[in-house]
This record gives sequence, structure tokens and C-alpha cells, in this order.
Amino acid sequence: MIRRLPHVDRVGIEERAAQLGKRSIKAAAKQQGIRLAVSMVDLTTLEGADTPGKVRHLCAKAVCPAPTMPEIPSVAAVCVYSSLVATAKAALHGTGVKTASVATGFPAGQVSLAAKLKDTEDAVAAGADEIDMVISREAFLAGDDARVQQEIVAVKERAGDAHLKVILETVELGSYDHVRHASMLAMEAGADFIKTSTGKAAAGATPGVCLVMLEAIRDYAERTGRIVGFKAAGGVSTSKAALHRLVLVKETLGEEWLTPDRIRIGASSVLNDLLMQYAKTETGRYGRSEDYSRE
Amino acid sequence: MTTHTRTGITWDYAPAPESADHIRIQDRYGLFLDGEFKDPRDGRYVPTINPATEEPVAEVAHGGPDDVTAAVASARAAQAKWAALEDLERAKYLFRIARLIQERSRELAVVETLDGGKPLRESRDVDIPLAAAHFFHYAGWADKLRYGVNAREVRPLGVVGQIVPWNFPLLMAAWKLAPALACGNVAILKPAETTPLTALLLAEICQEAELPPGVVTILPGDGSTGASLVRGVGGNRVDKIAFTGSTAVGRDIQAALAGTDTRLTLELGGKSANIVFEDAALDQAVEGIVNGIFYNQGHVCCAGSRLLIQESVRDEVIAKLWQRMGRLRVGDPMDKNTDVGAINSAEQLSRIEALVAAGEDEGATRRSIDCELPERGYWFAPTLFTDASPAHRIAVEEIFGPVVSVLTFRTQAEAIEKANNSRYGLAAGIWTDKGAKAFEVASALKAGVVWQNTYNHFDPTAAFGGYKESGFGREGGPAGLRPYLNVVR
Repeated sequence: MIRRLPHVDRVGIEERAAQLGKRSIKAAAKQQGIRLAVSMVDLTTLEGADTPGKVRHLCAKAVCPAPTMPEIPSVAAVCVYSSLVATAKAALHGTGVKTASVATGFPAGQVSLAAKLKDTEDAVAAGADEIDMVISREAFLAGDDARVQQEIVAVKERAGDAHLKVILETVELGSYDHVRHASMLAMEAGADFIKTSTGKAAAGATPGVCLVMLEAIRDYAERTGRIVGFKAAGGVSTSKAALHRLVLVKETLGEEWLTPDRIRIGASSVLNDLLMQYAKTETGRYGRSEDYSRE
Repeated sequence: MTTHTRTGITWDYAPAPESADHIRIQDRYGLFLDGEFKDPRDGRYVPTINPATEEPVAEVAHGGPDDVTAAVASARAAQAKWAALEDLERAKYLFRIARLIQERSRELAVVETLDGGKPLRESRDVDIPLAAAHFFHYAGWADKLRYGVNAREVRPLGVVGQIVPWNFPLLMAAWKLAPALACGNVAILKPAETTPLTALLLAEICQEAELPPGVVTILPGDGSTGASLVRGVGGNRVDKIAFTGSTAVGRDIQAALAGTDTRLTLELGGKSANIVFEDAALDQAVEGIVNGIFYNQGHVCCAGSRLLIQESVRDEVIAKLWQRMGRLRVGDPMDKNTDVGAINSAEQLSRIEALVAAGEDEGATRRSIDCELPERGYWFAPTLFTDASPAHRIAVEEIFGPVVSVLTFRTQAEAIEKANNSRYGLAAGIWTDKGAKAFEVASALKAGVVWQNTYNHFDPTAAFGGYKESGFGREGGPAGLRPYLNVVR
């Protein structure tokens, strides 16, 4: 297979993405945007020090992010390592909040395919509703598109009914042309979502990267009719950044895409900022960071 | 508005109007003459209208022939002293004006939008910052003039008359005034009839900067005021006319000045080709097409109004363009989220409507986006003409509105031939990922400005001006000094 790269103009895509960051989101639009963003959060903890106790705290926050503001919805999912899926699944039982698990040798993906598949099977067996896999950057950067796709196909098969999010780790791909190409490879191999980053690398869901991936999703949907979701992960740590990503979605794919079934924001710290900004729209002043629970 | 399936949240941007509360617009503005605002000799004031609401914004003096005479006399009296100032002293005034434009930028942006109908996003992010940048740029040249034109000795021309259009009122005033003053000339500026207000705020800024009286005169009025300035009253002519506006008026001015000692530069109309090759980054090309023709409602002399698409990607580009056009937010120019504002005047709106009707009669396929337009004010929905032919009026004549005509080409040679097949030659855009091709095409195009993989990008350091019926003379950068200087040796 000969690789044919698409063209993405770096200056042009970054200008457009920055321009959409200037949309003025005020008043009711800000409140609604924040509630929408909360409903799309994949509340994440991916540390070596994660314990069942920490995961249970996080799950409580996911179900009811702000007890004093009942209009704030639950988040979309809690995302953990596969060893803690069972804990999360139990804590989230009956709440509608999904359990997501990273898999396939996250974050580097430098393990054998057999290990990646075993990792996926374990997560699914423990009850994961969603699997966040990483592509093999080793294969992609070596030009082996076929292996990148074969791995996705194999993981997808083991994931079964679980939704498959495919992480591109865009900062390691080196160019927007590569981001666009990897997006297409992942979608053609059966990804249910494509996701920017692991959150473990130097940069994450920059506005330019998000826009390139959203345009790829739009073009793929137009060509095939299949809807693929998008997850922005890494670096989205403020309400302003989250709303900027939603503007990119709205003006690239359209309003019908603004649902947690299609768009996710992977983050840990953004949730409290969303709550603080929401409270500010109600009270007119900023609260203290101690006003919001830390897990 | 779509209902959010799971949580029932809907999301549309709430109106985000810029506040005009902090703006002090006076009820009435006189002429700016001898460093002061004065009543016109014949006492005539005319209202200036907000094209988005048809409400009057203020009353503005109308300069008549006697005012032109007084303006030229005042300018003549001031010129020798201004030219004799140390170069660095002149520069200080220009730096001061630039800084004052920055300090009052929010006010200037709001007034520009109220008076002209352009989206606040553009006046805030482009017009006003660029106007300040031009003053900064030419302030830097004031003590280096001979290096800018490669001469040993240069002198100013004297008194220059400058006539600017209504599409970028403050920015065009800056393009004209900054180099003229830097070179030691004094200037009489006539702003456009429909958009005089920011030029008059600039007059206030000249006062604040303590610019000597007579160095800048602002003479609002209509075409007759401009004609008096060009032809002179009682044999009292200016030394140079710099005009930006329509080709028809430019032709009249050139005829009127033939056989006189008054120098002339013209920056006129265009029907600029925006060329999309099959190897372009198509999504960014679509963005450039939108920016090329819908920016400032298409009221841009270098607008990319003739879209040339390689036939192999025609359908794809048009599909993407049409989808992108559907996301343009048309409406209240004061809303910070508006992309396309009001048409500048009733007169311009009827001109656009007439040409669009001609396009339909000639058999091109018209598509205008489905958007709600306000009831009052002058509006035109962004429009795309496909199946246009090079013979159609919409493919040849300047529309000066949010209307783009699509033609196709098969090869690079044909693209160049079609792009050059115009009586105009102001600007062009090239969209390709191949560097060599971009340079080859750019050097073959008869256009004063060629953009590669971008469009409508302006910078004070870059020369701007036309070929053929788009005019002559350059503005911006060191090239913009020459039209305001006599090279002695």
C-alpha cells in the first residue's frame, strides 16, 4: 500500500481554529455550553497511584458533579486503567455514566499485539463499556499503515460491543497531514471515536489538531454515511478551552453533533473550572477553588 | 436550534452585541480646517446613516467649493514649515497618532461599524489595528526617506489631495495620510460620503497629537467635493491627487488632470481571480475563498470575486464551499459573532441586485444562503454563481458585494490565461501545495498583489496596487513612499 498524504495547510488551519476561538459565548449560551461540556466529560484518572478508593471518589463526582447545582448533568464516563474497571463499574451501576478503560499498552503502545489484545479482553471482561486504545505510532511513523489498521481491526473485534475510541497521540505524529491521514486510517479500520491524545505527551488537543480531525470526520461521514465520534483529550483544562472545542464542532460538523454520544472531552481538571464558571454566571462572582470537591 | 438528545441542552450563541454606551458621537461634525472643526461656508450639513438600521448616526458638514479653496490655502500656508521640521520630529507626530489610534481603538471600531455596517469583529481585529500599524510603519520611514527610494536627495511634493472610499474608511485614510505626512507633504483628505465619521475622529486625534494646523485637513462631502479638490477652484490646484475608488471615477480624474502639473495615483476596481489547483489543501482553500469574497460583505477592491477551480476538484470544492457558506452568520454588525454585516448603502445594494439579476438572466446558476435578514437596513445574502462563463457580466464586472462567480480550468496554462483575461489586474490568489507551481503562476499573473494559500491578508510593509484598469501607483512599504516624493538626484 502506497501512502498518499492529504494536504492540510498549517497556517490556514490554525488561523481558522483561532478565529473560532473568538466567538463570544455569553449569558445563556455560556450556561448551556458549560452544561453541555460537563455532559461530555470523560472524567479520567490514569496514575500509577490510582486505588479503588480514589476511583470511587471520582465516580461519585461523575454522577453528581455539583450537589448544590442540580441543573448540572452527570458526566459521560469515568476513564481508568483496566485493573480498576470493576471498581468503577460497580460504583457507577445504574447511574447511566459509562465506564471507560484505556487499553493496548497505554500510553506508548510498545507491547506485542497479543498483549494489546489481552489488555482489551481484560477490560471488557471487567465490564468496560468503552475502550480507549492507542494506535501504534511505531508502525505509523515507519510508514506501515497496514499494520496500524490491522491492530485497530483486531482490537475492535475483541472489544465486541464496547465502544472503541482510537487515540492517535497527535503530537507524536509530527504534522497535520499525518493527523488527517491517521484519522482516516482509524475510521476506515472501524473506530467508533477518534481521540487526539493520551494526555501523557507534551501536547494534546490543540485547536488546530481538533479542527483537522473534525474535518476528517465530516468528510468520512459524507463519503460513507457512518458517524464517528470525536474525543478531545489533553490540554483542555479551562472552560474557555472546552467551549472553544465545542465551537469548532458546531461550526465544522453542525449542532446535531453536540451530544455526548458523538463528542467527548477527556480531562480531570476541567470539571471544577466548568463548575466554577457556571456558578459565576449565576452569582456574578468567582468562588474559591475550595468550594469544589477534589478527588 | 437542535435539541440535545440526552440532556435536553440546546446550544446557540446568545446575542453578543458590543456596547456603544462608552462612545461619544457628537450630533454634528464640522469640517476639520486649520486644526479646528468649523462650519462649512454654505452651512450645509447632511446626515450619515447606519446601514444596518437606516437610523442617522450624526450630521456631517458638506464641503463646498469655497471650503476647498480655504482648505488648499490653509494647507499651502502650513506646508513649508512641516517640510522643514527635523525628520525625527515629523516621525514623533506620526508615532503619537499611531498610539492614539491604539488607545481609542475600541471607540474607533464601534464607530466604524455603526457608520459603515461592517462586522465589529473585522473593524476590531483588522481595520483599526492595521490603521495604527500603517502610522507606525511610516513614522519609521520619516528619517530614512532616501533609502526607501534609492536616491541621494528627495523633496516632498507639497499639498496632496486624497480621496478615500467607503469600504475601509479609517484604514484607507491611514494608507493615504501616513506616507504623505512622513514624506513632508501636507494633506487634504476627503472621506467617503457614506462613511465620514472615523476620519473625523482621526481629526480629533490629530488635535490630541498637537499636529500643527493645516497639516491635515478633513473635508467631508460627496463627489462634487472631490471634483472641486481634483479640478481646483480658481486655478488653485493641489500638487497631487491620490484616489481610491471606482474605475469610472478614476478615469474622469485622470482625464481632468491631463495636461496639468498635478500628479496622480489611482487604486481602482478589480475582478480578482482566486485560483484553486487540484493539489491544494482544499479545506483551507475553501476558507480562503470565503475570506476572499465574503470579508467586509465583498466590499473589497481586491475581493476574490472570480473563483477559478480546476475542473477535477470542482464538485468537491463547490460542495465544501456551499456547506461552509451555510455557517456564515449574517446580521447585526455590532454582534461580536457576526461574520457578514450590512451592505454599505441603498445605492450599493441596488447595484449588487442589478448585477445578480443580470447573472440569472444570462443563465448562470444562482444559490444564495438561507438566512434570516433583518427587516430594516441594507442586506444581501452571500451568493454563489456556478456555471458562469467568461462572457457573463458577473464574471467580468466588479460586483463589490458578497457574490462569487465560479469558472473552471483544466491546466495551469489555462488558469493563467483565464486569470489574466480581465481588464482589471489588482490581486489574485493561488491555492496549491507545490511551491514551484506557485512561483511560476505568480510571476505569470498580471496582478499587483498575489497571495499564495491565503487571501485578503494586508500588511503595512507590503506594496499594494494594480495593473491595467485597476490603477497605478503603490501604497504600503517603501514602494508607498515614491508617489509622495520628488526625487531630486
